[in-house]
Amino acid sequence: MPAAHESRAWPAEGLARVPYWIYQDEDIYVREQERIYRGDAWNFLGLEAELPEEGDFKTTFAGEMPVVVTRDETGAIRCFENRCAHRGALLCLADRGSAKEIACVYHNWTYDLRGNLTAVAFRRGVQGKGGMLADAEPESQAPRKFRVEIFCGLMFATLSDKTPPIERYIGPEVAARIRRVMKEPVKILGGYTQVLQSNWKLYFENVKDTYHASLLHLFFSTFRLNRLEQKGGVVVGGEGGSHASFTMMKSDQSGDEYERAGMRSASGGYALQAPQMLESVDEIGDGVTLQILTVFPGFVLQQIMNSLAVRQVLPKGVGRTELVWTCFGYASDDAAMDELRMKQSNLVGPAGYISLEDGAATGFVQRGVQGASSRASVVEMGGRGVESNESRVTETSVRGLWQQYRKHMGL
Amino acid sequence: MDVELQLTVENLLARYVHAIDDDRLEDWPGFFTEKGRYRITTAENFGRGLPLPIIYADSRAMLADRVSALRHANIYEAQRYRHTVSSTVVERIDVHTARATSNFQVVRIMYTGESMLFASGRYLDRVRLSGGDGRALFEERVVVLDSRAIDTLLAIPI
Repeated sequence: MPAAHESRAWPAEGLARVPYWIYQDEDIYVREQERIYRGDAWNFLGLEAELPEEGDFKTTFAGEMPVVVTRDETGAIRCFENRCAHRGALLCLADRGSAKEIACVYHNWTYDLRGNLTAVAFRRGVQGKGGMLADAEPESQAPRKFRVEIFCGLMFATLSDKTPPIERYIGPEVAARIRRVMKEPVKILGGYTQVLQSNWKLYFENVKDTYHASLLHLFFSTFRLNRLEQKGGVVVGGEGGSHASFTMMKSDQSGDEYERAGMRSASGGYALQAPQMLESVDEIGDGVTLQILTVFPGFVLQQIMNSLAVRQVLPKGVGRTELVWTCFGYASDDAAMDELRMKQSNLVGPAGYISLEDGAATGFVQRGVQGASSRASVVEMGGRGVESNESRVTETSVRGLWQQYRKHMGL
Repeated sequence: MDVELQLTVENLLARYVHAIDDDRLEDWPGFFTEKGRYRITTAENFGRGLPLPIIYADSRAMLADRVSALRHANIYEAQRYRHTVSSTVVERIDVHTARATSNFQVVRIMYTGESMLFASGRYLDRVRLSGGDGRALFEERVVVLDSRAIDTLLAIPI
C-alpha cells in the first residue's frame, strides 16, 4: 500500500479548507512527531515555578517523546530525553521529585542533571573479568539534549538549532499578551489531565476558534453574562500558529443580536443563585476579563476572569490527546484572592462551566468525519486570510495554525 | 460500635448516590447544609496540599447553580453514572457531627451503551447528624479522585 500522504493533496482552496485525513492518517502523525515536536518547533514543558529548587525535576513529553526537565546545580533549566543510552529504558519513573543524579533502574547507568552519562555500572568488569572493551562508546547513544528557553517563567524546549528564539517565534504582539498575565511571580494551585478522544489538532483548533466560544459554551449567555457583541479582538502572531483572543466583558442586559438571529445560546430566563463566583477583580488593570492565548504546537495560556492556567496539549496517538492543566495564582495573593480563584476554578477544566464542552466537541468531529477522509471542513469565517481581527466572529487564528502547520510539514 | 450513628451516616451516603444515579440531580443540593462545602479534587493535588478543585461549592446555592447549568446551559452527551460505595468508617466528632470515610467507584454509561470505569476514589465527609428536619446532612464532602486524568469531561457530580 502506498503511503497515504502520496495520494493526499491539500485542497486548492488553501487555508479555507482543512482536509479530514489530516486528523486520521497514521503516517501524518508519524511525520508530525519528526517535523514538529522533534523538529523546528518549541515544545512547552511547564512553568518554571514547578521546579523551584536546584535538583528538582519533572517528567513530561515533547510530542510522544518522553523527556526529563531539571533545574541543575547552577540553577539552569535543562531538558533531555527520558531514555537510557544503554537499552533505552525510561530514566525517570516519577512524575516529579528532587535528585542529585539520575540512575536508570535497569542496569544502574547514571546521569547528571544535564543528561550527561556519568557512570556505566561495571564498565571495567569485576576483578578483571567482563565489562566493556576500551573502545566502547555508549555515550554515542546518550539521551538527546534540548535547547531550553524560558520566557516569562514558561519553559520551552526544541531539539533544533534552527528554531528561532522563543520570543521571535511567538511574535511581539502575542508575547506582550503573555507578559500581561505572567506579570509577577506565580504560585502553583494544582493540576489535572483531561483525556480527549480526538486528534491533537482538533483541540488546538478549538482553543483558537473564537467563533465557537459563545455558541457552544452557553453558560455565560444562559445566565446573560457574555455576548459576542462585546469588545474584544484576535491577534495572530509568529508564523501564524500563535494567537491571543481577548474580551472586555461586562454583565450584559442589552443587545438582542442573538435573539434576532434565533440562536440557541440566547435561551435566557435563568439566573445564578450564587453569582458571587463571578465577581472578578481586574488584577491586571486593563479591563480584559478573558484572554485565551496559544503558541504552536501545544501551549495554551488562559485568563478567564481570575482563573489563570497553562495547558499543555500532548498527542497520544492519532485519535487521542492529553490536555495537562496547571492552574496558578500570584505569589502575592491574599486569602480572599485564593478563595476567589478556587470558586472560579469551576469555570475551567473537565468540569468547567465554560470549558467542559470542549472535551466532547473535538470528539464529535473525530467521530463525525470517520467516513469522510476525502472531504474537508469549511474555515471561512472572517475571510480566508490570517490577519488580526477586531471581531471574534472569525476563524483567522484557526487558519493561522494551518499556515504554520503546513510549513513545518511541507504540505 | 454506635450502630445508630453508623446507620444514619450510611443511609445518607446511600440516598446521595441513588439520587445521582437516578438522575434526581435537583435533590442533590438538599443533601448538604445551607453552608455545606463540596469539592472534587485529585489524590495528587490533595497529597501535595494544593488547593485546586475540579468542582467547588461553599453553599447549597452554588450546588443548585451547578445543577441549573447542567440542565440548561452545558452541552454534553447523554450519560448516567452507577456509583458503588464501600462500607464506611464513621467516627463521632461531637454530639452533632461525625466524620466518615468511604471508597467509591463510578461507572459511566454513555447513551451509546459504552461503559467505563470513570472514577474511583475516596469520600471524606463531615456529617451534621441533625440538620434540617432531623435528617443527617453533609457539612463537607471532599471527593478525592485516585487518578489525575478525567476522560472527556466531568458533568454529573460524583
